[in-house]
Amino acid sequence: MTTALSRTQIARRAAQDIPDGAYVNLGIGLPTLVANFVPKDREVIYHSENGILGMGPAPAPGTEDPDLINASKQYVTLLPGASIFHHTDAFVMMRGGHLDLALLGAFEVSRAGDLANWATLDDKTPPGVGGAMDLAAGAKAVWVLMDHTTKDGRPRIVEHCTYPLTARGVVKRIYTSLAVIDVTPDGLFVREMAPGLSFDDLQARTGAPLRLANDWRPIAID
Amino acid sequence: MLDKRVKTLADAVAGIKDGAVVLIAGFGSSGIPVELIHALIDQGARDLTVVSNNAGSGRTDLAALLATGRVRKLICSYPKTSGSVVFEELYAAGKIELELVPQGTLSERMRAAGAGLGGFYTPTGVGTDLAKGKEVRKINGREYVFETPLKGDVALIKAERADRWGNLVYRGAARNFAPTMAMAADLTIVQAREIVELGALDPETIVTPGIFVDRVVHVPNPAAAGQP
Repeated sequence: MTTALSRTQIARRAAQDIPDGAYVNLGIGLPTLVANFVPKDREVIYHSENGILGMGPAPAPGTEDPDLINASKQYVTLLPGASIFHHTDAFVMMRGGHLDLALLGAFEVSRAGDLANWATLDDKTPPGVGGAMDLAAGAKAVWVLMDHTTKDGRPRIVEHCTYPLTARGVVKRIYTSLAVIDVTPDGLFVREMAPGLSFDDLQARTGAPLRLANDWRPIAID
Repeated sequence: MLDKRVKTLADAVAGIKDGAVVLIAGFGSSGIPVELIHALIDQGARDLTVVSNNAGSGRTDLAALLATGRVRKLICSYPKTSGSVVFEELYAAGKIELELVPQGTLSERMRAAGAGLGGFYTPTGVGTDLAKGKEVRKINGREYVFETPLKGDVALIKAERADRWGNLVYRGAARNFAPTMAMAADLTIVQAREIVELGALDPETIVTPGIFVDRVVHVPNPAAAGQP
């Protein structure tokens, strides 16, 4: 029987791969959970597009400061060594290739690493892009965290994105509820699979051809 | 003597014309110049184009300005922040025009205007719907989209401290768009929680030099933005 990863488990799995000393931007939603699971012996410096480097955890109740918020407009704290800067510089860091990693949510990722994460196909509500395109275009590496399929079972890893694109060819690694997959010029390589899942099952729930890495292993779930 | 202080909020926003492009600082509810926005509402200018990262939330400040129907067009990156009910209603009714710009491009377009540049090439948005119709150029093997400068007639800014020359410091992440907007408008208007003596601000840590500022009004107890 296959054990799909919960959202928390996806975040926990991705957190294990963040290198010590990395400058990282966590996108809205699932990626924000990652900060809770980075191993304690690693120092990771979190960036927020509204002008903070060195964000710490959420403040204790009663100590919230309305002028210390993250990109999701949640209250944050500053760690020793944190810095504040204005928006244009925050995006110099993003667009200019100074961030080591961006962990983002997505609607779809294509075989070539195209990312669709900013607009749905619903034209009744106003569109909103925020910093998604800048981050996708500028970070040294983009990792995506998402459920492997939609709620009704359609693949989110696809040959070509059907949702509006955020950026082309930027995603390097995908952490899903079923697998860890590297996006390479030679195709999508499955590095890890959820315990009990067969490669054929995984391929059946994926909209683009996968290759199983020689050294693949089951995802370790605590 | 150079003295940019004005006595009242009404003096601060005097002369803003119908049809003006108004840059409004802030991100979410942080750094929003609430009192200046309400002064602009009272002043009555209409047919405005507003440039701000979000579309206001609740019923006060930016949302209140939108609700007056005097904003023809909003240029922003993310009008979907929770509680952006006024904008959503106007948008659904077709009563406001939206120009959606990636956040870094929005900021850099204003910086370009302030810096006297004719635009810039950015990798942001290449191959997406937001680059449609724009010039794309390959530079050193990578594709870039050409973006034009975005200049304001007016900028509304909230600062923590100011002096009479208009030198500014901010508080925490409330700084966000303010330094860029201050340099990108013909008339930069600042509400400061505190106005200090000339020389009291450390020259090494002034964030916005006074040359970018035209008027400063003292608002000692600024209201929170985005209230119901």
